[in-house]
Amino acid sequence: MSRLQLDQALVARARELAARAAAPVVDLAATYTTVSVERATLRLAGLTGTDPLDGDGEVPWVNRVVDAVRDQVGLEHGVALPVWHALGSGGTLQDLAEQVGAGTARFTVPEGAAADRAREAARAAVGAGIARIDANRARREELVATHGDPPRRPWIYLIVATGDIHEDIPQAQAAARAGADVIAVIRSTGQSLLDYVPEGATRTGYAGTYATQENFRLMRAALDDVSAELGRYVRLTNYASGLCMPEIAVLAGLERLDMMLNDAMYGILFRDINPHRTFVDQRFSRMVHARAGIIINTGEDNYLTTADAVDEAHTVTVSQLLNERLAHEAGLEDWQLGLGHAFEIDPAVPESFRLELAHALLARGLFPDAPLKWMPPTKHMTGDVFRGYLLDGFFNLAGALTGQGILLVGMMTEAVVTPWLSDRDLALRNVRYVLEAAGNLHEDFAPQPGGFIDRRAHTVLTEAVELLERIAAHPQGLIQAIADGTFGITKRSPDGGKGLDGVVRKAADHFDPATELLTREVSRA
Amino acid sequence: MPDKGQNRDFGPSEGASVVRPYGDTTGDGMVQTSFTLPVPPGPRADGAALQLAQKMGIEPAMVVHSAGIGSGGGAAGDSAAFTFFVVYGSVRHLVDLDAVHVEERPYPLLSPGEVNAAVKTRLRRSLVVLGACIGTDAHTVGIDAILNLKGFAGEKGLEYYRELQVANLGAQVSVPELVHAARARKADAVLVSQVVTQRDAHLRNTRELAGAFREAMGESRPLLVVGGPRFDPAMAADLGVDKVFGRGTTPGEVASYLVHALVPEEEPS
Repeated sequence: MSRLQLDQALVARARELAARAAAPVVDLAATYTTVSVERATLRLAGLTGTDPLDGDGEVPWVNRVVDAVRDQVGLEHGVALPVWHALGSGGTLQDLAEQVGAGTARFTVPEGAAADRAREAARAAVGAGIARIDANRARREELVATHGDPPRRPWIYLIVATGDIHEDIPQAQAAARAGADVIAVIRSTGQSLLDYVPEGATRTGYAGTYATQENFRLMRAALDDVSAELGRYVRLTNYASGLCMPEIAVLAGLERLDMMLNDAMYGILFRDINPHRTFVDQRFSRMVHARAGIIINTGEDNYLTTADAVDEAHTVTVSQLLNERLAHEAGLEDWQLGLGHAFEIDPAVPESFRLELAHALLARGLFPDAPLKWMPPTKHMTGDVFRGYLLDGFFNLAGALTGQGILLVGMMTEAVVTPWLSDRDLALRNVRYVLEAAGNLHEDFAPQPGGFIDRRAHTVLTEAVELLERIAAHPQGLIQAIADGTFGITKRSPDGGKGLDGVVRKAADHFDPATELLTREVSRA
Repeated sequence: MPDKGQNRDFGPSEGASVVRPYGDTTGDGMVQTSFTLPVPPGPRADGAALQLAQKMGIEPAMVVHSAGIGSGGGAAGDSAAFTFFVVYGSVRHLVDLDAVHVEERPYPLLSPGEVNAAVKTRLRRSLVVLGACIGTDAHTVGIDAILNLKGFAGEKGLEYYRELQVANLGAQVSVPELVHAARARKADAVLVSQVVTQRDAHLRNTRELAGAFREAMGESRPLLVVGGPRFDPAMAADLGVDKVFGRGTTPGEVASYLVHALVPEEEPS
């Protein structure tokens, strides 16, 4: 698709440096566990619901059980050993949770044959959850075979965000009928900083709808209906970011979501979540996504909303390479990597459209088998909706011309209101016009070697390699680079940020049946 | 004296106190608007749009475009339940410029670049900002929206401002802890958000906060700023703080206020 002739030696160097910069992050996941990883294990084993007796709102049972284990025997062994040891004398996980609620559950860390029995029981329980994820993946493949994929690339990705799942559903169905291939339900403001996953069907989100297992289930069922009606499999997206990445990833796999936002660094840089917490959580969540056949979307577009899209273009490339490395390492394949980038250059900059094409082609050329997530202008959208509509048209054209895989539909009312029914309709008409008029223009479009676009792409790649050299030169790689403010946005120390108290160093006998089962598959693949 | 009647001159009516919208001729009153009605497309829908336009004061009105929403791309095109309209027409209302009153905020709204420049050139050091949720309030949504890089309503949070040194202490910080942290870090401003309002907890907590800072630091206390959805911005003096922000406040407004309150005025040269 891409006609850029990239310097393959430079590309190989970039990947080698990315692997070196990411190595300390990979080690972290082997060294630590987190409360959310442990809770995700219990969710895979089927524990659901909330403690009804707790006064101040809903506390999920998985939180109560993990907290109780931590209080009594610590988390360094993992929850699985003490929990399945306690279950050895019979009863269900749900019964045990209720004993925790009543304050009568007693946990100990088993040894010897008792530990073997607990491990075996835990593997069976968690294996059942993984089997359900496998069944969902097979079901998706079956539905895609029945209904078909979208007739062309890029897939058209549209957001709904009313706060009320029962309002979201008709809006999502209407959007699918109007041409959307992928529906993303944006989350309520602040959910990423909750250290638990809310429960049930929710109607009270602010600027978005809570990600809950029940909301996932309701929306997926509604999109299955509309997929059958349209003869096209409509995909569903949510967000595995914030303090509960591993749990949300499990819920997405259990309810057959199709794509998930999942960035290695977003939580650290933009939400001030502790780096160790984020890296351990993202590793687990990506292993689950890999197993579930989910396409991840990374968040590089966010850099360009804070930094200049020309000066900092290379930070996008660096982040894409790091996200790719950490994704491969967790078992994700190229077709699952919706690496992000965005159309955010100031339209007042001369040649801004040619610069955008250069950056988009560079991503296309570096990651030829990844779908790539192409994000619309937001930073330079003003209240001038007419100008915004034109800019979105150019964004759509760049997407078609450079072979992007997933195109997030831009709204002319960006920065004005949350999209109205008519805004969404106009935006989809814009996309349809461009794709129908120029969808195959990439066949005729080959930037001149040594020309403006070609030279710009090489400049950005060279700058990216230079930045990667600096990151890889840090003894702690990426972790230290983030602490030093290498990404030019903000400094995040390894000991700072939210969720640090949920990070625990693993003991030698730490047992996590989920990682064990998932890793076995990864290494087999 | 300006002519109070319709100005028939060509060109802009400088000095006129009564004006009408301008399409291509002075006084033509032309406006353009678009809206959606929950009515299937067709002659009845167009009639409904004309009726609305008329009630809006647009007369005569022309429905220059109407289209069903949801059509064109999917199987449900024929059964669109909504219609989108573009309407042009002459509005009969007059604008009396003498009756226009502009409510001005006592300080200018600055861009992040202007805030950074003001702090750098006029304060000549970075401004130290401390944020927290106090008492039992675990809802950090408000303070995070103002401080986190991610920001709120399309504006980046205060962490984005290079010249602001921001620390977010998070939720359930006790007032003594906050006073201690403010002193240790030599905070210029302390930002506190309060979401929980049960039995006026937000007001009680804020008074406690103001009292503690007054007692511990007296005149040298940092600037105290509180915010939350249930606060009345007029209550600052009553609560003993410097500024109260209500629902929908954006990071840019807070940053602009901090410059106004803490950065010395530019010396006239």
